[in-house]
Amino acid sequence: MTTRRAAIVGVAESDVGKTPHLTVLSQQALAAQAALAEAGLTRDSVDVLFTAGAWSWAPTMTLAEYLGLQLTYTDSTNIGGSSFEAHAGHAAAAIEAGLIDVALITYGSTQRTSRSRNSPRPAELTAQFERPYGMPMPVGAYALAAMRHMHDYGTTSEDLAQVAVAARQWARLNPRAYYRDPITVEDVLASEMICEPLHKLDCCPVTDGGGAVVIAAEDRWPDVATQPVKILGHAETHTHDTIASMPDLTVTGAAQTGPAALRMADVTVDDIDVAEIYDSFTITVLLTLESLGFCKPGEARDFIAGGRIAPGGEFPLNTSGGGLSYTHPGMYGIFLLIEAVRQLRGDFAWPRQVPDAELALVHGTGGVLSSAATVILGTV
Amino acid sequence: MKPVPDADTKPYWDGIADGELRLQRCEACGQAVFYPRAVCPHCFGRPLRWFTAAGTGQVYSYTVAHRAYGEFADQAPFTVALVDLDEGVRMLTRIVGAGSDGIAIGARVQMTVEQIGDADLPCFRPAEGPHTPQEAPEPAK
Repeated sequence: MTTRRAAIVGVAESDVGKTPHLTVLSQQALAAQAALAEAGLTRDSVDVLFTAGAWSWAPTMTLAEYLGLQLTYTDSTNIGGSSFEAHAGHAAAAIEAGLIDVALITYGSTQRTSRSRNSPRPAELTAQFERPYGMPMPVGAYALAAMRHMHDYGTTSEDLAQVAVAARQWARLNPRAYYRDPITVEDVLASEMICEPLHKLDCCPVTDGGGAVVIAAEDRWPDVATQPVKILGHAETHTHDTIASMPDLTVTGAAQTGPAALRMADVTVDDIDVAEIYDSFTITVLLTLESLGFCKPGEARDFIAGGRIAPGGEFPLNTSGGGLSYTHPGMYGIFLLIEAVRQLRGDFAWPRQVPDAELALVHGTGGVLSSAATVILGTV
Repeated sequence: MKPVPDADTKPYWDGIADGELRLQRCEACGQAVFYPRAVCPHCFGRPLRWFTAAGTGQVYSYTVAHRAYGEFADQAPFTVALVDLDEGVRMLTRIVGAGSDGIAIGARVQMTVEQIGDADLPCFRPAEGPHTPQEAPEPAK
């Protein structure tokens, strides 16, 4: 049977960083307009809108109305920061099934400007066993995972800091990055302790920002203005919601979605040219690399050592500067897709551009290591 | 921040008010269940029967929060932990009374009801006296 393939044909960000001139809706509208324009597709070609956020009880309905979209398919998946990787998978599946031709994925947040991130929510339903203890969220949950990983494998704060240092080196090559001053391992260790063992520079900043991704069925590729970046594999899961229900704090759902997505794409981790892996915190990257199978459990510290994930290294990772240095408006996952597409199209100049990148692994993590979604993208 | 008890969880919070840690056990598969619910998350069976747990366990992981938000801001630094109870379930909690050395992963702890802000919550302190080290059962996947 011939599979009807899907590809990302347009990507764009809205303004990122601090955007008091934008709303959560205008961010997504401007990004959507730019991504569709890049693809050479019209607003009226869109069959389905994906978005995620807590700014409406039904975000896809609110935003579709704002954009003037009339849709033939709907999906309101919200699994936190990895929602957009799941959306890409759902779009590819709907295209394969012949249900849609064009999908639009957007995200927007004004959490920096509105300072909405830490407004209290009631301690009800399953949260009644968590919120009354006052653990800062989500950083506290990631700190619990980091502490356990250190206990089990001897991972150190210096190992974690290497992730932040490499991200900042990439961010220095990205004019849009929120933080661009160089940092050292010592700077990370000297930054304020937030939740042991995580320092301030182990944590992503709180920024505003939005983005958009346009996905089209292969029948439309001859009409688009960009080089289509094919969705070769995708997989998703969630393993828990509250951190107490995570079976093993050192293994994420990536252990399931990584192998599944690679299998669908018929490639292995050794084939991957560039990786965009959710880095809400430094520990997120180490756990995800291990769970995806790039290295064995406990060996991520060695895998990233010696500048392997920094610009010019053997394993280009988070080439925009990542959530740690580029931008992190609450749910970062859409920016992973945007960066991977640009790398595979060869949009950049060296050293930001990964030479001859043909295959990318994109992995989103949401909640408190709760959800995982992997997408394999390629131009081959 | 006061927890909001509901039809699933009222017996649990009534127990805490009495100084007891009450859990459920599934009559179908025999496994302990936390947090309280209507159907067993292990085997999807029922009924779930309430029982009083020993209130002992060991620290699976912990963090010291140096910064906290809202009504908890003034309480920092404080220690939050995941404790594996001897009955085989894991819960988020606070560690109290650990002294200047703090707590460690694997440390034996016992339940104590403490006031955190405006709520009386089950917390854990280092277990007293000599004890026979024991392996806590792995929580069910």
